[in-house]
Amino acid sequence: MSSLEFTLLVGMGSLFAGFLGSLTGLGGGVVIVPLLALLFHIDIRYAIGAALVSVIATSSGAAAAYVREGYSNIRVGMFLEIATTCGALAGAALALHLRVSVISIIFGVVLIYSAITSLRQKTDPSRDLGPDKIATWLRMDSTYPTKNGLTKYHVRNVPAGFAIMFIAGILSGLLGIGSGAVKVLAMDQAMKLPFKVSTTTSNFMIGVTAAASAGIYLTRGYIDPGIAMPVMLGVLAGSLIGARVLAGAAVRTLRIVFSLVIGFLALEMIYKGFSGKI
Amino acid sequence: MDQGMVHSIDQRLDQIMSIILRTGVLLAAFLVVTGGIVSLLRHNTTVMNDRNFHGEAQQLRTIPGILHQALAFQGPGLIQLGLLVLIATPVARVLFSVFGFLYEKDWTYVAVTLIVLAILSYSLFGTH
Repeated sequence: MSSLEFTLLVGMGSLFAGFLGSLTGLGGGVVIVPLLALLFHIDIRYAIGAALVSVIATSSGAAAAYVREGYSNIRVGMFLEIATTCGALAGAALALHLRVSVISIIFGVVLIYSAITSLRQKTDPSRDLGPDKIATWLRMDSTYPTKNGLTKYHVRNVPAGFAIMFIAGILSGLLGIGSGAVKVLAMDQAMKLPFKVSTTTSNFMIGVTAAASAGIYLTRGYIDPGIAMPVMLGVLAGSLIGARVLAGAAVRTLRIVFSLVIGFLALEMIYKGFSGKI
Repeated sequence: MDQGMVHSIDQRLDQIMSIILRTGVLLAAFLVVTGGIVSLLRHNTTVMNDRNFHGEAQQLRTIPGILHQALAFQGPGLIQLGLLVLIATPVARVLFSVFGFLYEKDWTYVAVTLIVLAILSYSLFGTH
């Protein structure tokens, strides 16, 4: 395989991953690492470095649109970024010391969790539990656009959200993924943010979290230009196309298929990890 | 300052933030595409030997090294510079937020944002 063939194949694969990731809301990063590691037999550390970079590209591109629409809560995002960036530094440091097979197994487990949560029905639970002391002090309560105009909401449980975000940061730094599923868990379940607010704020935070660990990956020499180039461009282009496709009934079916594919890749990563073949 | 006033400033800050993000991603993509074309035309990619891990060369993992390579119009150097711009994009957004919160005299969030900025700077410029 020549350099050109390699670039085109990885680029096409990344385009497809970015397209499906943005259409299903799972993100392109989650399939990039198994794709590179299992299909192209690229060392998992290079795969994670390339995935991190592509995660920054898609999250920044998408956040540019969301921020203007007024959904994301910038105060909540900024405060929780203390937790995710600290976690990301810890995760990147862990990645330098853990064995590749161990990283592969953890990756598989997180993939399965992401796939399962993406299949769950997303509804805004019965809420507004009223103001919370810490959230009020941090001026986190805000409004978001709904069919009935701007609707107010209250933020709850900041310490629990902060703790879960630290874990999300570790996973992001260790595995090169946005860990959107864990971020949404913190904001949606613990902090009781409306669904649309938690997903867009999560997206807004992913870029900053990934940048924190990408700096370490770069200075450690884990980001290879020949691999990162087609991955970053492919995932970015794919996610831009995905964002333009109207979300219709087919998306539900697509999400199930994509989750099954991810589940299969996850099992493969776990198996390879245990058998030491990665 | 009344509530409506704060809201319109917030919206303006959001718009500038959106422009920063978009410009950063576009500039990064442009540099990466240019670097990719230069690399492939000159056949000087090391892609094939790099599939097994040995870490990048020193000049492709430090900021001065990358700048030097990119200015020499080396393909891999241009790609790394593009990736560096990409990593710097969220950092620029955080930096801009510091000014936004300063403008709103929201001291709690000036502090919060400075902490995030310090962590990011450590990642990019620290010795690991």
